[in-house]
Amino acid sequence: MSDTAVAPTPAPTPAAGSSTGSAPAPKSNQVLRDIAGGSVVISILAVVLALIVGGILIALTDENVQAASGYFFSRPGDTINAIWVSVSGAYGALFQGSVYNFGALDFAKGIKPLTDTLTFATPLIVAGLGVGLAFRAGMFNIGGQGQMLIAAAAAGWVGYSFPLPYGLHLVLAVLAGIAGGAIWGGIVGLLKARTGAHEVIVTIMLNYVAVYLVSYMLRTPGLLQAPGSNNPKTPAMLPTAVYPDLLGPGYNLHAGLLVSIAATVFVWWLLSRSSLGFKFRAVGINPNAARVAGIDVKRSYVTVMLLSGGLIGLAGVAQVLGTVTTGFSSGIDAGIGFDAITVALLGRSKPWGIFVAGILFGAFKAGGFSMQAGQGIPVDIVLVVQSLIVLFIAAPPLVRAVFRLPTPGVAVKKKPVALSKAVAAK
Amino acid sequence: MSSPITGSGNLGVEVVDPGAVSSATQHEHPDSSKGLEKTIVKSWKAPIGYAVFALIALLLFVILGRDGLSTFTLSGDNDLIQLPDVVVVARPTGLIVTVLLVVIAIVGFLLVRVNRRVPLWLTAVLGVLFLFGFLAWADAGASLPIQVAGLLVGSVSLSVPLIFGALGGVISERVGVVNVAIEGQLLAGAFMAAVVTSVTGLPVLGLITAAIAGALVSFVLAAFAIKYLVDQVIVGVVLNVLVIGLTNFLFSQVLSKNAEILNSPVRFDRINIPLLSEIPLIGPTLFRQTIIVYLMYIAVAVVFFALFHTKWGLRVRAVGEHPQAADTVGINVNGTRFWNVMLAGAITGLGGAYFTLGSVGAFNKEMTAGAGYIALAAVIFGQWDPIRATLAALLFGFATNLQSSLGIIGSPVPSEFMLMLPYVLTIFAVAGLVGRSRGPAASGKPYIKS
Repeated sequence: MSDTAVAPTPAPTPAAGSSTGSAPAPKSNQVLRDIAGGSVVISILAVVLALIVGGILIALTDENVQAASGYFFSRPGDTINAIWVSVSGAYGALFQGSVYNFGALDFAKGIKPLTDTLTFATPLIVAGLGVGLAFRAGMFNIGGQGQMLIAAAAAGWVGYSFPLPYGLHLVLAVLAGIAGGAIWGGIVGLLKARTGAHEVIVTIMLNYVAVYLVSYMLRTPGLLQAPGSNNPKTPAMLPTAVYPDLLGPGYNLHAGLLVSIAATVFVWWLLSRSSLGFKFRAVGINPNAARVAGIDVKRSYVTVMLLSGGLIGLAGVAQVLGTVTTGFSSGIDAGIGFDAITVALLGRSKPWGIFVAGILFGAFKAGGFSMQAGQGIPVDIVLVVQSLIVLFIAAPPLVRAVFRLPTPGVAVKKKPVALSKAVAAK
Repeated sequence: MSSPITGSGNLGVEVVDPGAVSSATQHEHPDSSKGLEKTIVKSWKAPIGYAVFALIALLLFVILGRDGLSTFTLSGDNDLIQLPDVVVVARPTGLIVTVLLVVIAIVGFLLVRVNRRVPLWLTAVLGVLFLFGFLAWADAGASLPIQVAGLLVGSVSLSVPLIFGALGGVISERVGVVNVAIEGQLLAGAFMAAVVTSVTGLPVLGLITAAIAGALVSFVLAAFAIKYLVDQVIVGVVLNVLVIGLTNFLFSQVLSKNAEILNSPVRFDRINIPLLSEIPLIGPTLFRQTIIVYLMYIAVAVVFFALFHTKWGLRVRAVGEHPQAADTVGINVNGTRFWNVMLAGAITGLGGAYFTLGSVGAFNKEMTAGAGYIALAAVIFGQWDPIRATLAALLFGFATNLQSSLGIIGSPVPSEFMLMLPYVLTIFAVAGLVGRSRGPAASGKPYIKS
């Protein structure tokens, strides 16, 4: 699609009739719409496919499998058995570490993995919402890491600095975190709106700036470093600023989950019930049309990045005030900023989809650690599976080809697209 | 293509054309419409940037000036030609540098006033002057001299993967595919080079495998971006995560268990080029390097020449700028993209090999540490030109190395801020303070043939 292709498209639109038809809009939007337009089946199959590939990797690198494969042709059963043991052991540990531990004595203990999953999911959901919201407005926010770090620094500073009454302190700390993330994200929106700087580059660069800024503050007494300590680490949060435990001290689950649920409802409301969200979606689908319709596209870029940064900021807050309340160091973002991209893609940039995707990836995180502890399989396999899921989901034709699926519905849908593209590429 | 639709299409052109086209370019290359304005409105960005540097100089070198002597050591102990150390008095040096910077800023303002463009060399002079003043200021009164040769050697060493990555990025983006997967290609190259060299004991074989590994990552990028039309940035980011996950997994699961067999690569030896390696400063910096670095010089020159002076280069640029036009004259757009993205991956993979065969040695988890993203920044900073991207990569390597050098002499500036510098510079560059950056027009857009 080149620039000249833009002009003739309005002509075939009445014939094509679908919003997908008039699509010389920016490629990212088109692709995101393609992602959103796929079916739930593809998502599930993508997860299955990714797990299969992960299983192959686990089997290939397993020592018992390698040993047994040495005499594969004399006793193939041994190899198959070893593969079964290694893969089922890995995924069994993944399941028991993320949903229900069958080895536990009672239900209260057995269900703990599920609460861990939800704890891991808490920041993933809000950060995914932030990335997804930016997606819907056609912006690609890879700056989750930086936004989380700045938010964590802001929330953490409020959280340990002044003694304040219960409730007020928590609210203030959370607001500080949101503001920190929103500022770091807002810079990107502002630069994009004012100078046209590509948000991908700016967010990547701001990630590094934030990492170095926060690590400087962490090792400088008087800024974020705990007094009397030489470690680059902050003091512990005051108890007044910490998210309360939801299920008592035996579990890690904290009230950040409620914030994540509230944020999901908010983003759902924003995108599907508010005029601001309508503007975002219009800008995301086709900024040119949005401009013609009288929407201030540049202002939308700034606003959506502020909101996106604020939401991702909530993830930093959840880390600092919920998961790690004993003071944090520069690794507090724990890669969530990047995981959020995959969460948003898996959730098809829809609030409830992101919610489910966040819980799934939370389960991968929780289970990955117990898999590493129990089966000795490096937690990094989870990264592989996650990225494969996103790759497969982004390319539905590939998944369909692998599973020999027909393309129901899509074939009907695709025709007008092809027609208009043919016209557009004229 | 059929004529009735063409007719209605033309009708559409007349009605919608002005708004649609201008806003379309506005979105796809947001600064291009600003560029149109800039041809009318004078750009004060460069002189303002100069003034900012002059102000910083005034603040640091004069107001916060430091007393004492600064020493610059130019020669190593075993150099054939020995140059004497240069010793300057910090405070007057700072004053002179500041005055010169102010003069340059004023010249910049005057040039823009009379509607002349500010030449690039002025910026270069400003940069060198500022750097000299900064080093003199930082080293004032310090017991250790600034090892200029060491500073430069380290910069080149840190820049090598960046330059290979930037070259890969330039080719890939010139042909119309955004290559965010540079990080993944570097890491894959580093990993495969380490494994193959350890097993075979032949670093040359490792180097070749590294190129293949980079090309394989590119293959996935190309397949998803060109065949399945997935957003190229998304594929790139996800591929980086995938390669990090894969190499981390294999490192923990396989490499670390058999480190002496699988992860102890033989490194390339340094080759001193006769005569050239004895030139003061330049010799140790450029001509006492490993084969990978010499390969890099060749790669930069070849890519530059080929991109701008051969049929291949013309085709690559045509496909990246205007795929439809290229298609019309019979160039296979997607084929060209596919093979050149693979080529870009192979070049980047060579850069990855430098980590394990040149500088560091054994492979380690995420040993590229974001070099791919910096290479991407160098591509944009260098405005999609192989030579400029190389210079940008050298600048980033220099900034990173400066931080460690200043750490040794005890810099007054916190090292984090030095490390931040390349990224902040890139943001400025992207935001257009340094100059308008405009990429290949069709970069990032899949081509769907009608």
